Amino acid sequence: MSEPVTTDVAAAKPARPSLGRIFKIFLMAGGISFGGGVVAYLREYLVRGEGWLNDDEFLDALEISQTLPGLNSVNLSVVVGDRMRGIVGAAVAVAGMLLPGMFVVMTLGVLWEQQHQNPMVKHFLIGVAVAAVGLLATVTVQLGHRQFTHWLDLSLLMITFAAVSVFHVSLVVVLFTIGPVAVWIYRPGSHHGEREVKLPHPHFHRRHELLRN
Amino acid sequence: MKLLNLFGVFALLGLLAVGGGTAVLPEMRHMTVDHFHWITDNQFRSIYSIGQVAPGPNMMMVMLIGYKLAGFAGAMVVGIGFFLPDCILTLFANRLWVHFEASPWRRAIQRGMAPVAIGLMLAGTTAIAKLAIFNLVGAAIALTVFAMLLWRHVNPALVIGAGGLIYLLSVGLL
Repeated sequence: MSEPVTTDVAAAKPARPSLGRIFKIFLMAGGISFGGGVVAYLREYLVRGEGWLNDDEFLDALEISQTLPGLNSVNLSVVVGDRMRGIVGAAVAVAGMLLPGMFVVMTLGVLWEQQHQNPMVKHFLIGVAVAAVGLLATVTVQLGHRQFTHWLDLSLLMITFAAVSVFHVSLVVVLFTIGPVAVWIYRPGSHHGEREVKLPHPHFHRRHELLRN
Repeated sequence: MKLLNLFGVFALLGLLAVGGGTAVLPEMRHMTVDHFHWITDNQFRSIYSIGQVAPGPNMMMVMLIGYKLAGFAGAMVVGIGFFLPDCILTLFANRLWVHFEASPWRRAIQRGMAPVAIGLMLAGTTAIAKLAIFNLVGAAIALTVFAMLLWRHVNPALVIGAGGLIYLLSVGLL
């Protein structure tokens, strides 16, 4: 388009697409993303496809979604939907995100109920779980590369891990004891917050590349 | 009563999922298997795997725990319990978050909670590993997937499907 160069002001205003369009885009992202790559598809559709957000806005929304409890993809749907069309937009986005998976999971679940004695099904599902362990380990290492390479973060990480996996402390207790301590350590003005970010191992992906996973 | 319990447990799990779905897996297993005896370890593993082969957020599998217990009503109760309270929290917390854009505490919360979240994800990964890996073939597949995905980007869905097939061929048919 041949608009005059005043786009900075226009870009600050959030896009206001129709509810139907929001539903359709999130339905597509929720329906096409097998194996947990929802966030990457959302970025593809929201930033590149529709242009509702730019890359920085998307990464900001993602950062909030990762900090708040809940699934990243669902939180991101709430944040982006709310930004564009308020509470109704958030509800429509979440519905679109969840419906395809809900339908497939329920269908497979009903079939599994009938077939769970079948040894082929049993072995296939064990293999899926085993491969998922490799995938979860990759995602953990990639998302946490900063935490794994910094002693203070690594200590907090290992204390949390040990509390849950070794000592079986309940999650509520873990979050409400270690959580506040961790935030206090990095409180405003604390010298720990100012540290240089150590460069990750070259194989670890950078922030933008993380989105592809 | 059972439906109410289901709702309560999964609402709590949804609200505690700092670090995403993986982070809450150990607590979910503890509550549904050890505490309430709703399902067995093997059923938990199978249900988790079914979630892995479905599109979208892979924690939709929680609905199957409800289904196993109380049919479609159970599935709906668990789905609403797991997602609705958390979505409401996210909606208002995000608005607050935007409101406090200038506050230095925002950064402190992000920096502080990140290692906790990663630690919880590691615990979740370990929980599934304990349930699923009990022979050399399983260990080899998990390590191969880990190495392959770190090395370069491969579609995770393909890797997951291939893992299932290879395990089936090498353990189930030999």
